[in-house]
Amino acid sequence: MPVTLSAEEIAAGIDRLAEAIREKTAGQPIALIGIRRRGDEVAERVLTRLAEDDRELSFGILDISLYRDDFEHLHENPKLQESDIPFQMEGAHVILVDDVLFTGRTIRAALDALSDYGRPAKVELAVLIDRGHREMPIHPDYTGISLPTQRRDHVLVSLEKTDGTDQVRVIEKDPP
Amino acid sequence: MPHKDLLDIVSLEREEIEHLLDQAAPFKEIFTRSVKKVPALKGKSVLMLFYEASTRTHSSFEVAAKRLSADVTNFDVAHSSITKGESVRETIETLQAMRSDFIIVRHSRAGLPGNIARLTRASVINAGDGAHAHPTQALLDAFTIKEKFPDPAGKRVLIIGDILHSRVARSTSTILKKLGVEVAYLGPGSLVPKVGPENIRRFTDYAQAMAWSPDIVYLLRVQMERQDVQYFPSLREYHRLYGITEARLAGIRDRGLYIMHPGPVNRGVELCDAVMDYERSLINDQVENGIAVRMAVLYWLKPESVTG
Repeated sequence: MPVTLSAEEIAAGIDRLAEAIREKTAGQPIALIGIRRRGDEVAERVLTRLAEDDRELSFGILDISLYRDDFEHLHENPKLQESDIPFQMEGAHVILVDDVLFTGRTIRAALDALSDYGRPAKVELAVLIDRGHREMPIHPDYTGISLPTQRRDHVLVSLEKTDGTDQVRVIEKDPP
Repeated sequence: MPHKDLLDIVSLEREEIEHLLDQAAPFKEIFTRSVKKVPALKGKSVLMLFYEASTRTHSSFEVAAKRLSADVTNFDVAHSSITKGESVRETIETLQAMRSDFIIVRHSRAGLPGNIARLTRASVINAGDGAHAHPTQALLDAFTIKEKFPDPAGKRVLIIGDILHSRVARSTSTILKKLGVEVAYLGPGSLVPKVGPENIRRFTDYAQAMAWSPDIVYLLRVQMERQDVQYFPSLREYHRLYGITEARLAGIRDRGLYIMHPGPVNRGVELCDAVMDYERSLINDQVENGIAVRMAVLYWLKPESVTG
């Protein structure tokens, strides 16, 4: 199975995200919140690149399993992991971070989850890969890589800390 | 794979128990948020069917269901036709027509929740049936112990009290043994079963039981309302022989032991007032953990599809 994006391309994508976030929010305190799983790793790596900035940077992790809209269709509910939001959500400038943006349903769920921690001043969205095919009125503010795909394709992202290697593969499914 | 019902601990595999205990921790995190509620069971209905009085277990289930956004209906048994002679089966047929997704049952008759489970598509959770089982109590006890001892295998829990009539003793010792915890019983000879699970030590003397070196002392409630026969001379005598008196509390503090109790506490019987302020009392933890564990159970069980 061919590798669609290499480790270098992924690193460049994360660089682009960090650069775009810095350009737009320079000097302001921001809070990066990664969505489990892999969004947290992307957020951590963006944060490492912003660490030199002279400003307040916060970091959190969000598990959105309980906010999904497809429980009726699942034989087994998704396994939960703890969310960890160690800062005041009230009034924060939050940047939600995920690995892949597809239908937008995960982000819809994440926005619901966020509001249960308090009322942020502003929420933006940063994604490593935008693969298109939105089913919700959701648009990223920061994009690392735009990757054209078919609706039926599977996009498999592996990241160093979570999966042991950095790579993205697209599995093409034949039309039904 | 998730089960339809939770009727006892015996039917759970060890992996399933570990899964439920793992899942309770993320639910506990929800209690620290400004909105202590998640939409996971939005639109689902939970029916509370309590044939036996219980304030704590009832409210714990109710809070758990509401924090998952389920709708909760209390089927008021005391004022229902059940007291007019309607059978449990007729009641269940009525309830079935209400299309509940979850039914939480407490009854004085062992096995009744299982009978209901066979009659309905809803997920049935046993909230205590006679002297048989109380699985969510066992799960919350195990979760509370694992918070203090993340790897509890080999730890020792001494359960003190009326073992014979206690579904808590039965379910909690079953789960603890599945997790590799060593369990011993202490109580009056008349209240500790002569037969029963192997490899559970039995003591009738407090000093001998403490010589066994437990890590946790678990006191059962003296169920004054459930005994027709007097198994011990008096409550004062019980406190003197098996209660945690101030002198015994001093010994427990010296050894750094934890104290647990399923509630509600009979002060001056199972334990003296000072235990309530003891720094290693886990009694309040048990109450909070009970909600998290029950949320994990509601989230794990899958009712048969109502539309199917």
